[in-house]
Parts: sequence; C-alpha cells; structure tokens
Amino acid sequence: MNIIVCIKQVPGTSDVKIDEKTGSLIRDGMDAKMNPYDLYALETALQIGQETEAHVTVLSMGPPQVKEIIQEAFLMGDVDGVILTDRRLAGADCLATSYAISQCIQKIGLPDLIICGKQTTDGDTAQVGAEIAEFLHIPHITNVLKIEEMNANGMIVEADLPGMLQRSEIRFPALITVEKDIYQPRLPSFTRKKRLAGQPMQVFSVQDLADHDENHYGLNGSPTQVMRIFPPETDTTSEVWEGSSQDLAEKLFCALQERKFI
Amino acid sequence: MSYKKIDAADVAALLSICGREHVKTRDEISEDYSHDELAGVRVFPEVMVEPLSTAQVSAIMKYAFDRCIPVTPRGQGTGLVGGAVPVQAGILLNLCQMNRILELDEATMMLTVEPGVLLMDIYKYVEPFGLSYPADPGEKSATIGGNISTNAGGMRAVKYGVTRDYVKGLEVVLADGTVLMLSGKNAKNSSGYSLKDLVIGSEGTLAVVTKAILRLVPAPSRVVSLLVPFQDLNTAISAVPQLAKLKAMPTSIEFMEREVILAAEEYLGKKFPDKSAPAYLLLTLDGSSKSELDSAYSAAAERCLECGALDVLIADTEERREVIWTARGAFLEAIKASTTEMDECDVVVPRNAVAELVEFTRQLQRDVDIRIMSFGHAGDGNLHIYVLRDALSEEEWREKLNAAFERLYARAKELGGQVSGEHGIGFAKRSFLADSLGEKTMDLMRGIKQVFDPRNILNPNKICQ
Repeated sequence: MNIIVCIKQVPGTSDVKIDEKTGSLIRDGMDAKMNPYDLYALETALQIGQETEAHVTVLSMGPPQVKEIIQEAFLMGDVDGVILTDRRLAGADCLATSYAISQCIQKIGLPDLIICGKQTTDGDTAQVGAEIAEFLHIPHITNVLKIEEMNANGMIVEADLPGMLQRSEIRFPALITVEKDIYQPRLPSFTRKKRLAGQPMQVFSVQDLADHDENHYGLNGSPTQVMRIFPPETDTTSEVWEGSSQDLAEKLFCALQERKFI
Repeated sequence: MSYKKIDAADVAALLSICGREHVKTRDEISEDYSHDELAGVRVFPEVMVEPLSTAQVSAIMKYAFDRCIPVTPRGQGTGLVGGAVPVQAGILLNLCQMNRILELDEATMMLTVEPGVLLMDIYKYVEPFGLSYPADPGEKSATIGGNISTNAGGMRAVKYGVTRDYVKGLEVVLADGTVLMLSGKNAKNSSGYSLKDLVIGSEGTLAVVTKAILRLVPAPSRVVSLLVPFQDLNTAISAVPQLAKLKAMPTSIEFMEREVILAAEEYLGKKFPDKSAPAYLLLTLDGSSKSELDSAYSAAAERCLECGALDVLIADTEERREVIWTARGAFLEAIKASTTEMDECDVVVPRNAVAELVEFTRQLQRDVDIRIMSFGHAGDGNLHIYVLRDALSEEEWREKLNAAFERLYARAKELGGQVSGEHGIGFAKRSFLADSLGEKTMDLMRGIKQVFDPRNILNPNKICQ
C-alpha cells in the first residue's frame, strides 16, 4: 500500500504581521513550522504504516526552505520526501495549489491513499484537500475523526461534520483530510536526526509535471483576486457574574443558548 | 492564648472599615474558605473580610490586635498544607480583591503588584514588554501573595531560582497595623537583617504582604522542551547531576513515570505523545536565537544519550510543548482523581540524592503496603510524593500514612534534605518540621514570631507553633 501525505510550511507563530500595502505576509526573519494539522495527517499515515507496512511519502509545495518540514517528517518516521518548488508556483490560490499538487502526485504515481490535514493555520480555507481529490478524480472524505476499519480495498471512517458524525465507507484510491486528535502526533526524535542527517529527498519543478504550461500555475493560474488582506479585528468583553452554582449554571446555559453556541 | 470571639460590634467595626460588600459572616461564607486544596483540616472563619487597600488592611490589623482576634491571610487557597485555613477561626483576610498591577518600571525592570494579582496575570502583563517573571510555580491561578508566603518554587528553578530570588521589596502590615516598606527597587542591599527575606516564606505568620516589588528579566525569545525516555527511573534520575552541569543550563529538569502519565491521560482525556518507556525526564532550555538554542538542546540531548537515554524527543513548537506541559501540569489533580484521599510530602534533598530517595519510596510502598506515586523537580531535588488512601479504612489510612511519612521525612533528613521544598509547612507539616530542625532552631523561629507578633494573632498554630 502507498500513502502520500500532503504537508505545508506555515508561520511559526500565530502573531503574523501583514504588509498592508502589498497584502502579503511578512515572512522575513519569521520562524516557520509544519502546519500543526498536518502533524495529525502524518501521524495517521505512520499509524497505518505500522499496521500494514504501507510505504509513506510526504509531499510539500513551497519555496526551497520547505525542505525543513520534510526533514522534520524524517525525524518522526520512515518516510520518503518530495518537494515541489518553482518560482512559477508563487502566488497560487487554493485552486492553483491543488492543481499543482495533483499534477505532482500523478508524477510520483497515484497512491492508494492521500492524507491531508483538515486545514492550515495560515490560509485556513480547508479547500485544498478536497480540490486535489477532484483534480485526481478520486473520492474524498473531509474531517475524518476515526478510522474504524481498513483493508487493501478501502476503509470505513467516521467524519466530524457540522451537527453530526458521519460514518462512511470509501474505496481506494481515495483522499481523506483528518481532524485534530485522530491520533496524538509523535515528537521528532533526536536519534533519528543524528542517523538521518542528509537523507535525500526528491525535488520537482513545473518542468517535471505532465502539464508544464506555466499559465496553469501560481498567480497566473489563480482565479482568486485578493482585494485586501488584514488581520482580523479582535474584540474582547467580559462580564462577571456572581451567584450560587445552580443559578450561574442556569445563566451560563441560557447565555450560550442565546448566542447559539449550544 | 485565648482569643476574642467575633461579636456584632466587631462585625460592625469591620463593616465600617471595608464596607458591606466586603464583609461576610456565617452563611455568606462559602465552604471553599474553610479549607485549601489538600490538607485535611477544615475550619470556617467567624468573619471574612476583603480589603481593597493597605489602609484597610492596617485598620483591620489594628482593630484585631487591640482585641486579640486571630487573623489569617488568604489568597486563592491553592495551598496544600493548610497554611491559609483559619484554624483558630477569627478573621479570614481574603486579599484576592487587592489585585491591581500598580507599576511596571522599565528602567529598573521591576513590577509592583498587590498581593491578590494572579500569577498567570503577571506573565500575561509583562510579556508584551519583552520581559519575564521567571519564577514558575505549577499553579498559575495562585496569587503572588500566596507564592511569596510559601516561597513557591516551580518548573524553572534549575536555572532561574524561586520566588524569593525575584522579590526585591515588600510593603507589609504588621500585626499591630503598622505599615512598613521592607527593601525596595535596589539591585542589592546589605543594610542590616533582611526582614523582607524573613517575611517571604513565613506563610502569613509574621506580617501581611500588601505590595510586592518583583524583579523581571528579559524574556527568552525561544524555548524547546525535550522529553527523554529511559528504561528505568533510576537511570533517568542518575542523569540529572550530569545535565545540571551543562553549559547551557536547562531551566527545568522534571521526572515522571509512565503510571503518572497514564493517570494524566485518563484525567485530561488527552493522549500523551509517548509512553513507550517506564520513566522520563522532561527538560526545557531557553535562548535568544535559533542557532543558540539548537546547539544548546543538541548538547543536552547528547548528554542524555551518554547517560543511557533511549532517545530524546524534541518539542520545538508551542503545540508540542503544550501537549506535554498540560499533562505535567495536571499530575497533581490526576493522582488526586485516581484515589479516594491522599496526602503529600514535598521534601527536597540534594540533587544527587534524588535517585536514592525515589528508590526508598518504592521500598516504602512495599513495606507499608500502601500505594505511593511521585513526580517532581528532579533538577532541584524536590520531590512530590503522594501517599494514596484508595480503599483503606480511616484507621488503617491514618496508621499507614503516619508510618510512611515518618519514615520518608527521616530518610530525607539522613540524605541532607528539608521537610518542604516549595509548598511550605502550614498546619499539616509542623510536627515533621520540628523533628527535622530540632529544638534550638524551632526556638529561634518562635522567638522571631514573638518579635513580629507579640499577641500571636497572625495566622496562629502554623509553622513553628
């Protein structure tokens, strides 16, 4: 069995600065890390790998420094690494990103299973996973919370959808995006770091893809136009209530209900 | 010493000092104020007052002093030894409403706060200034006043020390209501006895702290934690003296065993990232640049492997650290939830004696036939050892607990240790302190108490009484 895990490098902190003029993230001097949700995707693949001896490949698209998160994946488990990097991919929206990744997956060879995190902490769109599946003409299930059963042909999973849990069967080849806490991600290992220093990874550019028309990638291939990008406004108000536990619980319940949280 | 009972006239006087909103009697006093987080002792105060200012505290103390009414200062009540329980009833002086941060002096890097400010609020307040209050007790919802009262320690003591190391000045109210400033914003002080340092750790028995001047340090910009699995606890703890010698000193070196981790998983309903090994050390290192921190943690990791570690797992992001430290922070509550009742021993021994003491607790568990769990600050030699009641009858429990504690404290003393590393003596550990320190030292302590509090109204029956 072959699994590809799609991972992304994101800013290392949630305190991101935005250039108000250009509307882009100020990445200079900023720490980067693997998208926290992708850690769950990688752990899911490693868990399946332990059960079935599946071969796991991690794939990331981005500037050359994305090799850092591939190396990080090497410290977590036995995986191969592929990066797709090319200046012509810069400025890609969700659609152009998922098209490029789907092309790269075809270049590697369509696996039985593709696993993505449910979203990233920078773009937060949660669209790329599903769009990759569409480009590859394979079925997908998002927000997978639990893998109930699995065999060589497919799997039965539980997905956390708004307002309900959905249990479904999906046949391979397929793509799933996984929820936080499906498995607790393992930590990178220092002994692996010592052993695997310099482990090679494959590097692809647009030229290597079956469709190497640069108009289909990056800013050129992106129908989305960003008018303005700005940090969300935050507004915190607090109220202090006093009373008996019973009254306070009642009041809290009503307040949450009123605001449609429950 | 016989104390005056609170009557209607006393309540009226306290009302005139603090106002109706801030004086509570009988049924108005929640059960929470009769105990702390652990110690078995439960006593309701006759009246609880919530002063808002030093002047009010002074007026309350003067009133109580003149009439010989006992006064017990209290913060959030997160103590573990009954220090804030009003065992002689009287007035409970709840300082939680005095919770203003008064000044951040960036020139001297000192923060002036009232005693009711919560530890977590101090961290949050100084962070945007690129500063840090390095003392790091586990209970972040405790008040700074409570921390000062017990000289609280915590997770970063290996590198940064404990509360006392960061308290530069204290405004205190004496038993008779006199307001004094002890020391201040000076970087050093060689001017007579350090009364400020006497008040720190005195658990509200010498004076009431109404303001504290805290020293801050530039915040390290980067932190990494290492979770280090070992084949057994002895190998893990034996590595600690070697790790403490590292050039880039860890801020913390904690130890934990698998059974405590499993209890925390159960309690939190969250999985821990690794539980393949029977024992772990948890190290944290800090630094100001990525390269500095990378080389610091690599050196620490190499040292761990030389000392027999099975691997070294790297928690280099906020999410990864949070998973581990959330579990670490829940150990006390998790152990508490795993049994019917428990008591704690917070001994501190020289760093190189920790392994021996832990081995002793294992033997003790077998000898006394009672469940014992422990974790703690391996780098400081400060262990938190919990004796668990489980299904024992009250009589068996008391008997076994006493037997276990007597032997534990005696062994700690033989190893050059002290009764409490950071939780204090309060009400619950007085007899062990007396046994450990001996009559002459206890007399000196009682003499100091007598000078500060001649009528013995401040938190009576604690520490040395």
